[in-house]
Amino acid sequence: MTIEASPSAFPSPRRRGSTRKRRRLALFALVGLVLAAATALVLTALDDTIVFFRTPSEIAQRGEVPGTRLRLGGLVKAGSIVQDGATVRFAVTDNARDMPVTYKGLLPDLFREGQGVVSEGVLQADGSFLADTVLAKHDENYMPKDVADRMKAQGLWKGDDAGAAK
Amino acid sequence: MIAETGHYALVLALALALLQSVLPIWGARTRDAALMGLAGPLAYGQLAFVALSFAALTHAYVTSDFSVVNVVENSHSAKPLIYKISGVWGNHEGSLLLWVLILTLFSALVAFFGKNLPDRLRADVLGVQAMISVAFLLFVLLTSNPFARLDPAPMEGQDLNPLLQDPGLAIHPPLLYVGYVGFSMAFSFAVAALIEGKVDAAWARWVRPWTLGAWLFLTLGIAMGSYWAYYELGWGGFWFWDPVENASLMPWLSGTALLHSAVVMEKREALKVWTVLLALLTFALSLLGTFLVRSGVLTSVHAFAVDPARGVAILIILIVFVGGSLALYALRAPTLKQGGMFAPVSREGALVLNNLFLTAATAAVFVGTLYPLALEAMTGEKISVGPPFFNNTFGPLMLPVMLVMPFAPLLAWKRGDAARAARAMVYAVGVAVVATALVAGFARGGPTLAPLGVGLALFAITGAFAELVERSKLFRAPFAESVRRLRGAPSSTWGSALAHAGMGVTLLGVVAATAWPSEAVVALKPGQSVSISGYDLTFEGVSQRPGPNYASTIAALTVRKDGAVVRRLEPSRRLYAARQMDLTEASIATFGLSQLYASMGEARGDDATALRVTYKPLVTLIWFGAVIMALGGGLSLADRRLRVGAPRRAAKPVPVSAHPAPAE
Repeated sequence: MTIEASPSAFPSPRRRGSTRKRRRLALFALVGLVLAAATALVLTALDDTIVFFRTPSEIAQRGEVPGTRLRLGGLVKAGSIVQDGATVRFAVTDNARDMPVTYKGLLPDLFREGQGVVSEGVLQADGSFLADTVLAKHDENYMPKDVADRMKAQGLWKGDDAGAAK
Repeated sequence: MIAETGHYALVLALALALLQSVLPIWGARTRDAALMGLAGPLAYGQLAFVALSFAALTHAYVTSDFSVVNVVENSHSAKPLIYKISGVWGNHEGSLLLWVLILTLFSALVAFFGKNLPDRLRADVLGVQAMISVAFLLFVLLTSNPFARLDPAPMEGQDLNPLLQDPGLAIHPPLLYVGYVGFSMAFSFAVAALIEGKVDAAWARWVRPWTLGAWLFLTLGIAMGSYWAYYELGWGGFWFWDPVENASLMPWLSGTALLHSAVVMEKREALKVWTVLLALLTFALSLLGTFLVRSGVLTSVHAFAVDPARGVAILIILIVFVGGSLALYALRAPTLKQGGMFAPVSREGALVLNNLFLTAATAAVFVGTLYPLALEAMTGEKISVGPPFFNNTFGPLMLPVMLVMPFAPLLAWKRGDAARAARAMVYAVGVAVVATALVAGFARGGPTLAPLGVGLALFAITGAFAELVERSKLFRAPFAESVRRLRGAPSSTWGSALAHAGMGVTLLGVVAATAWPSEAVVALKPGQSVSISGYDLTFEGVSQRPGPNYASTIAALTVRKDGAVVRRLEPSRRLYAARQMDLTEASIATFGLSQLYASMGEARGDDATALRVTYKPLVTLIWFGAVIMALGGGLSLADRRLRVGAPRRAAKPVPVSAHPAPAE
């Protein structure tokens, strides 16, 4: 705290008003300072840390550069899963384009061919995607809302809406 | 028949709630004692009917009454009894019913324990509580009736989501809801005070125990949820900054701020306007949490139901209560009188800092949680705000809180002696510096800041007891004298010391478990081994075992340390028959405060099995810390000066106890 302590905690009645005002001002200054610091932190963090959601086609259209951190959404392409020790490779498709994904780790329980999946990771120079997280919601009608919305927008949605409404 | 009884009981409860939301407040305005007196009986009646309704739904679950849609969708006759019971709140409709049950329980408790509250305040508080009841009862009855029938009734139910078939479900939601809904008390008291236009120390003395109780349960509920996610989701993470987790963290943060500002208000009649606002905001954040979880705007394990009508209904409730109370606040707050003054270096000053940073941290979490929703609604762009955001904002904002925390109890009200407080903290600083140096010297790997995190945690833990050390004159007076003084210290002093230490303990667990975990993801054939943090795990093979409503595939691992068998781990995968759903069950071995965590991947044809093994040092401290915090809350609650309705102790020291009346 940078506020200077006042000479007495029991100011004389005459000085009371001005002390109150000064303290109030100091308090507001402190509040302003903390708020400014918090805002700065939040804005910088938003700038640095948010991750955009993309489908394979969007990655191609936007020409995302390798090294970009993304959330990749789509369906697990049928017949694409290759298990190699603890590393797994699969392709994510939005039925227009595919994106090969490499992931070292255990796949979530409902990871299935033809099902929706969201992986977070980094786009590689060779055009593949190195995922560090693979997400799946624990529901048999599973389709991440993000994926469903995107695929609807692209006119690729084939499931019924009940899938999302369970 | 019983289901219909439950339904009608809810309708009757709604009728009583409507009366209770109007008559007592009207009575308070017209000074009609009879009308005000109705509040109590109406609150008891409401509780009775909602409890009856809840019992009816529980009955339907226990007897597997598949003519009730809710039971069909969430239960199965083969489900173990405990999950039949906890399944009652393992779904949207039932969990709302639990919400309402706890709300009416709190109303009844105020009616019961609040006999010596001023009549008008009591009538107003119960009236406001009833308004919340009305809103949620209407919501349940109109959009989420748990008693809807199905004709013809199917022979078998669809079973409960296997993830929820866990003792965690039996405990986590009720604890969390007692916390969320408990904050409605602070809200009702705040609104009542605004209606009356009078807020004083007595008001704060009433609000504090209720807030403390709610806070205590919310703390336990969040910790329980975190531990449940840790062992059940199979990744070994304890906090994901998932919007639903944030939804419970936000009211916890602002509730913590409220607890502290209420102390200032009670002792010094200062920060009145702020405390009232915080009381309103804390419950608003609880409602927001309910909205986020129940409306389905989020994709999450918790989002049972995605029904736009329900989302809109909760949004309306949210807007009415938050908007209404804030409008009332804007209207009445300027009339509240200013309280006592204080020097910047004082107990009040420290608590103001605590409030500032806790509120700022709440705001940061709020932005991170809602920004993706807002952005998507406005631009259609989908983003994800993940742990890095929260680590970069929440962390720095909580740092001052942790630093100031041990100092506050050492400072006197009005004007504190910074030098004296600093002297009392010398040993804590010493411990922190030594710990930081030791950890920095010996730890391998991990972020560079991690040793400082350990130092900060130990500073908070040891510093938390500085006031007790001072008070007892430990090492300065004869030992027996110190013990007597420690025993004589009020339980609220012990309570705050424990709660503050608990924060440090949790921080220590978080730092250690995130900075120095070891992980191995391997595919093993029977007989092969993997080593992690000095433990050798040998994969013995896979076996099958049937469960009550699932079939398990179990991977057996023998854990050896220095060649000797110390433990056996059995991660498994369960296939739940009714839903044809797979579930990973992690297996955990606790060594001291650290844990070895194994989960099993899907079998992939060849006889190798994918396994993920993690060693998390000191990870259990994360939850122990929360339990210690809650224990501290409980101790404070037990303090007779805080006890509801307890007569005020005489201001001068009671002759029997030698120590002077404590400041806090």
